[in-house]
Amino acid sequence: MAKKLSKILLYAIVTLGAITMLIPFLWMLSTSLKTAPETIKVPPIWIPKSLQWGNYIKAWSEAPFARYFVNSVVVTSVTTVGQLFTSILAAFAFARLKFFGKNLIFVIFLGTMMIPGEMLIIPNFVTLSKLGMIDHYAALIVPWLASFFTVFTLRQAFQSTPEQIYYAAKMDGATDWKYLWTVLVPMSKSTITAVTVLQVIGSWNAFMWPLIVTNTETMRTLPVGLQAFTTDAGTEYQLLMAASTFVIIPMVILYMFLQKYIIAGISKAGLKG
Amino acid sequence: MINEKPTIKSSLKALLYLLPMLVITVMFNIWPIISSFLMSFYKDYNFYTDEVGGLGFDNFLYLWNDPDFHLAVRNTLIFVAGVVPTTVILSLVIALLLNQIKVFSGFFRTVYFLPFVTSTVAIAMVWNWIYHSDYGLMNYFLGFFGVHPINWLTNPHYSLLALIIMSIWKGLGFNIILFLVGLNNIDKGYYNAAEIDGANALQRFWNVTIPLLSPITFLVSVNGIIGSFKVFDQIFALFQGTPGPGKADLTIVYYLYQKFYTEYKYPVAAASGVVLFFLILLVTLVQMWYSRKHVHY
Repeated sequence: MAKKLSKILLYAIVTLGAITMLIPFLWMLSTSLKTAPETIKVPPIWIPKSLQWGNYIKAWSEAPFARYFVNSVVVTSVTTVGQLFTSILAAFAFARLKFFGKNLIFVIFLGTMMIPGEMLIIPNFVTLSKLGMIDHYAALIVPWLASFFTVFTLRQAFQSTPEQIYYAAKMDGATDWKYLWTVLVPMSKSTITAVTVLQVIGSWNAFMWPLIVTNTETMRTLPVGLQAFTTDAGTEYQLLMAASTFVIIPMVILYMFLQKYIIAGISKAGLKG
Repeated sequence: MINEKPTIKSSLKALLYLLPMLVITVMFNIWPIISSFLMSFYKDYNFYTDEVGGLGFDNFLYLWNDPDFHLAVRNTLIFVAGVVPTTVILSLVIALLLNQIKVFSGFFRTVYFLPFVTSTVAIAMVWNWIYHSDYGLMNYFLGFFGVHPINWLTNPHYSLLALIIMSIWKGLGFNIILFLVGLNNIDKGYYNAAEIDGANALQRFWNVTIPLLSPITFLVSVNGIIGSFKVFDQIFALFQGTPGPGKADLTIVYYLYQKFYTEYKYPVAAASGVVLFFLILLVTLVQMWYSRKHVHY
């Protein structure tokens, strides 16, 4: 009896917590489907009389969200693919190749991971403006084409594959390049997926850097565009919530499909801290 | 073959593999680190001509004498103290509860983790609406407990609390996942042994779970503190491009942003970045020292 009671209590607490986590999302969806007068009803209503899907169309067309969307997709995909490419090559070198200064280089890079990224914003901005890249895709992409965090995670995965396979492949006359792409990369698929998904989420949601390096409306990414939209939308909360929804939705869908990789990635990345 | 020594040839080959990463990191990570330390000592820096009037401690003196910077440090520390302990305790409790659950456990994990994948800016818009003093949900719920409507976003006494509540909500899921992994890694044998020795559930919790979980608790706290020290996006989005009412939510990174982006005082901004770096370093060192004494690996 006591056991059953504690089980009920357990579920009650967990459910209450889950509702708390969900309320902002539900409130966002609910508001996004209301009419303007409905948004300021007291007490608040959760289910609008008739669902105003038109709010989404209106919000989408009141600011160049289509353009923001394209920008975010371009920046996120190029950054992710580029960073993955440079990281796979470097991780392979650290995991399998012999070279002078290997440990020194590795330690230096580990040290740089301690530096808060916000410190790098000013010099990077100066560099990019000298190269004339501010307000171009290049400024949004190039600084993020390498990540030592990704190199570090991939190196770990590469090292955990049996070294004998490497020597066997070499014995059979396979080049390092071929071994890397036909053996090592497929063998480390789950780690690669994990770092990719984390990178996509990070890129998609990035705010401070895109805010600083974009000036014209047409170069904004979704989060920066959404932030600017608040000035136009003013107190039209139903439109603001509709816009917030379509910024959030792509990552939520991605998360639903790739949840297990995201969680695996976090535990791997987090645990070696 | 296994203990091959590096040769010039093998090093050159490795260099080819490292080159793309090296070019980018040297240009956008290593050089900027050196550059921002240097810049923090610049006097009379002219951005357009790249002329430097000399080196000195002027920028740090500027920070020392700037009441805004003191406010920023103070707010950042309050924010860290408000967010981190609550997040660690709450996420540990939720992880422990989720660990006991079999039915729907996947669903609950998904829900708790959802805020982590969502854009901070988008969700801050939602919280901005939740905190609305007349029509927001927060005041509506608090009304049930007889609390009078609070001007969460316009009253300087409450705006930092508003930011803290939102940040705890956003960060819980990430830490819950780490705690769940940690709980999974605990060898069940310890519990069995403790049970045989006659330890009750509470004793098992205090003497097995807590000590064996301490590396994760440590990790979560360090991550939390470092992340919270750098808070910016939430503030910018929640207070629509301002550091809160009466600068009540001005933090170190927000200060850096203002000096750099709106006032063009690059060297002062760089100096505030250096201060941030040393604050984070200090916290990390203190925690490493503490963990050596108290964390059981």
